[in-house]
This record gives sequence, structure tokens and C-alpha cells, in this order.
Amino acid sequence: MSLVELRDVTAGYGGAPILKGVNIAIEASDIGVIVGPNGAGKSTTLKAIFGLLKVQEGHVTFRGRDITNAEADRLVPMGLSFVPQEHNVFTSMTVHENLEMGGFTRSDDITGTLDEVYGMFPDLAAKRRQKAGELSGGQRQMVAMGRALMSKPSLLMLDEPSAGLSPRYMMEIFEQVARINKTGVGILMVEQNARQALAFATKGFVLASGQNRFTGTGQELLDDPDVAKSFLGG
Amino acid sequence: MNDFIFFFNQVVVNGISLGSVYALGAVGVTLIFGILRFAHFAHGDMMTMGAYIAFVLASLVAGLGLTLPLPTGFVVLPFAMVIATLIALGIDKGFYAPLRARGARPVTLLIASIGVTMMIQGLVRLFGGVQTRSFFETEPKGLIRIELPFEGVTRPISFTEPQLLLVIVTAIAVFALHFFLTRSRLGKAMRAMADNADLAKVSGINTALVIRVTWIIAGSLACLAGTMLALDVSLQPALAFNIVLPIFAAAIVGGLGQSYGAIAGGFLLGFAETLAVFNWAVLLRPFRDSFPDWFEIPANLALVQSEYKLTVAFVILVVVLLVRPTGIFKGASS
Repeated sequence: MSLVELRDVTAGYGGAPILKGVNIAIEASDIGVIVGPNGAGKSTTLKAIFGLLKVQEGHVTFRGRDITNAEADRLVPMGLSFVPQEHNVFTSMTVHENLEMGGFTRSDDITGTLDEVYGMFPDLAAKRRQKAGELSGGQRQMVAMGRALMSKPSLLMLDEPSAGLSPRYMMEIFEQVARINKTGVGILMVEQNARQALAFATKGFVLASGQNRFTGTGQELLDDPDVAKSFLGG
Repeated sequence: MNDFIFFFNQVVVNGISLGSVYALGAVGVTLIFGILRFAHFAHGDMMTMGAYIAFVLASLVAGLGLTLPLPTGFVVLPFAMVIATLIALGIDKGFYAPLRARGARPVTLLIASIGVTMMIQGLVRLFGGVQTRSFFETEPKGLIRIELPFEGVTRPISFTEPQLLLVIVTAIAVFALHFFLTRSRLGKAMRAMADNADLAKVSGINTALVIRVTWIIAGSLACLAGTMLALDVSLQPALAFNIVLPIFAAAIVGGLGQSYGAIAGGFLLGFAETLAVFNWAVLLRPFRDSFPDWFEIPANLALVQSEYKLTVAFVILVVVLLVRPTGIFKGASS
């Protein structure tokens, strides 16, 4: 039984569907990376899992349970967490408060998790009383990831975590993602920087026009001449 | 010195009283805007409704023949606030929630709230009549006088008991709200939702619960403000409809969505109004000997005639929006 599985998912914002029968399966040990051209439906796939848009056909299951079109306030306590690409921090609130909001659904003590997140992102520990809106892009991304980790997820979904970041921050974010995965958290992320992302992916999905094009381990996709020619710029 | 005490009684006391009412109303308006993103036009009439609920409860209690140390209308206030809150939740469930579920735009909700305004006004007139009433028909309105121990000072500092209570409850409400928003889990969730509703949802915050809490706070503060205003002046069906525009001006001046801004905006407008209608000639009279002979102090030196004091709020609103379009506390732009 996979951690999360999409079976023939067709979804959109009303009107013509953006996803037309997408299949994805991720295990807890996986770092899954979705790549593909603009408008392929990469972000839409994550939103469809997280109930942010309507799944018209097909099913989404999480540990075998059907979560098709379930609302976020039900999914977060189940162990799913999502970092949107943009507007992913509460800008008027402090770093600390942002993290607290990530733990909103938990009824147990969150201080241990707070310490873990600060340990993972020492930059944030120093700025915990600062407003998230005053931070740099890379630091905001850390706040966003930290917020998502506060609910102790077993699946962490990230929408283009490296967008707009310098190469240094990009590598740091990827390393953190790999480290989070080592603690038993399944990762599903969408990436624009396809080569770097596939290099550390255990599973890669190439989407185009809302459909699966290629599926394999990250290395297989990098080595596939067709993938390289069509989607990785030769 | 007597003239300065007159100034204090006229401007400071009235400014704080009016400012408190504006602040309590504007906080509700700004919270609702922050969470639900629409201008809740019916807020003034929620205040009026709250005052009528308190009046009915006060009449019932007065019928018991008890002698209370505080005005009866004030004693029944907590119960009135509970009832007003339940009605506010009912109004949301009956009118606004179905529109939200259909994805209505803010302007639709605004129009709906004008409908709610008319409904409440109709109900208040139906059950309460159109006449002006007083909370102090069966008991005296307490007047507090403080004689100052200075030579030649004959005029005391004076204010009414409702004015004193109004300032006290406003201070308590502001501190309670501050602690709720900055310390409690739900209060922070409320700020989070006002900041970024989509991300609040993604974080698993129960947005329906946050909306309920918003109505509980806004509804109870509206009842508090309306009742205290009615205790201070008198109760009539247009009690708070008359001041709903300055209340909105206070919320906008403070920065929409900013609770502290709304409080600051409320007091700013309250003081500006009382300063503008104050007859400054009073303060010049003590110095009449030092003016040249040809200068005669006019009888009335107010900046604005009191009939036009409503314009003061809008002049300040226009000036603030020209200088700082998002309000003093940098709220959401509309």
C-alpha cells in the first residue's frame, strides 16, 4: 500500500480539466519529483491531492484511505502537509507564530517539534521574534517548510520550493528535503529546476498537458534521451 | 482655571466617551473585514439591537424591585451580550454563510448586510417603538464631581457614571482583545486567517470556527458599545445607525483589518469631533484684558457647527487616505 496514490485523476477549476488521468504513487521512503513544461498540471496535481480544487474523476488515497476531495482541515491531522509556492508565510506574524500556526491542528504539546524545526533551520531560531514578511526569500521558504513540518506530517508536498532562490539556497533547501525524507517523511515536490531535482529524486514523474509522459527513478529519467531531449533542454 | 476645567469636561470627557464607542464599533467592523473581507454595514444596527436587548432585560430586572449599586442597564449587559452574540451568529448562518458557500463576491455580502440593516431597523421599531427612551426612567443617572483643591477654582471636573463605566469597559475590552489576539491559539489563528486565508486553510486551521469566533467578538462588542452609548445619551431606533459612517471612517483611518488601528482611529475621530465643535472662545475669555481694545472675542469660535460634526470624520478620512492610502496602521487596501 502506497503512502499516497493518485489513480486516473481528472481535475480542474471547473471548465476544461487540467489533469486528464494522472497516476502517481509515492512510498514513505520516496522523494518524488514532478517535472514538466509550464501548464503541464504539476502544481495542479499537488492541489488536487490537498483538496484545493475539484477532482472530477479518479481517486486519491492516503495509506489506502480515500481522501478524494477531502478538505485541508481533515487532511492535516491525517498527516499531509503542503507548502504552496507563493504567499506561503503569514507575513504580519512572527516566525514563531507562523510555526505555531503549522501546529494548529495538534492537541498535544508542540514545543518539542518547535525545537526540532529550529534545530533544522538555525537561521530561523535567531529570527523567531521577527515578522515573516521582513525575511529574505530563502528564509521565508524555510519558515514555510518549518510551518508545514509542525503538524508532524508523513507526507510533505512542496510546490517549487526553489523558485526565485539563489543556487546556494536552492541546494540548502534540497539538502533539507533529503534530510526530512530520512526521518521517514514521504516527499512529493514540483520543481522547475528539473535536473538538480531529479538528481536526488527516488521517483520522477514527467507530466505534459495534464498527463503522465515518463515515470521512473530520478536517474532513469535523467539518463533517458527522450526525456532529456524534450524536457531537460537537450 | 475654571475655563480649562470647562474645556476638560467638554472635550476630554466627551472625546473619550465618543472615542470609546467608535473604537468598540470599529474593532468589530475591522475584524469582520479582516476575516470575511466585506464591509459589514449592519454593524451599527447590531449595536442598536444590543442596546434594545439590554433595555428589555433592564426593564425586567427593574420590575423585580432590586436596588443595584450600578445602573441596571449596565448590570444586565453580560446577558445582553450573550443574546446579541447568538443573534449575530444566527444572522451569519442565515444570511451571510449561504452567500459565502456560493462564492459570493464582497460587494454581494455588503448589499446583503444593507438588507440586514433594514431588517433590524424594522424589527427594532416594531418591538421597541419609535420614541426615544431612557435607561434612567426609574433610577437616577449618577454624576461624579471632583472638586479641585486649588484657590479660585469653583468649577468641578464632572462626568456621568455611564461615561466612567464606558471608559472602564472599553479599557478592559481592548486589553482582553489584545491578549486574545496575541496569546491564545484561536486568536492567533484569527490573525493568520486575516493575513492569508488560503494559507490558514492549508495549515489545517478550522476557518468555520474562526468565523464563528469573529462574530462572537464583533457581536458582543457591538452590544457593549450600543448599550453604553444608550446609557450615556438615550435609546432610540437610529441610535447607532447615525454613527455607522464615522465608525467605518475610524476603521479605515486605522487601516482596515488592523484591530489596534481601529481603536486608534476611533479615539482620533472621537476627539477630533469634540475638538471641532468646542467653542474655543471660552479659552480666550480669561485673557480678554491682554487683547487690544479693537479685538472683541466672538461669541462662538467653534471650528464646525455641531450640526455638521459628522463631516469631521470624513475630512480626516479623506486627509488620511490622501497621505497614507492604507490607513495609519497599514491595513488592507480596498
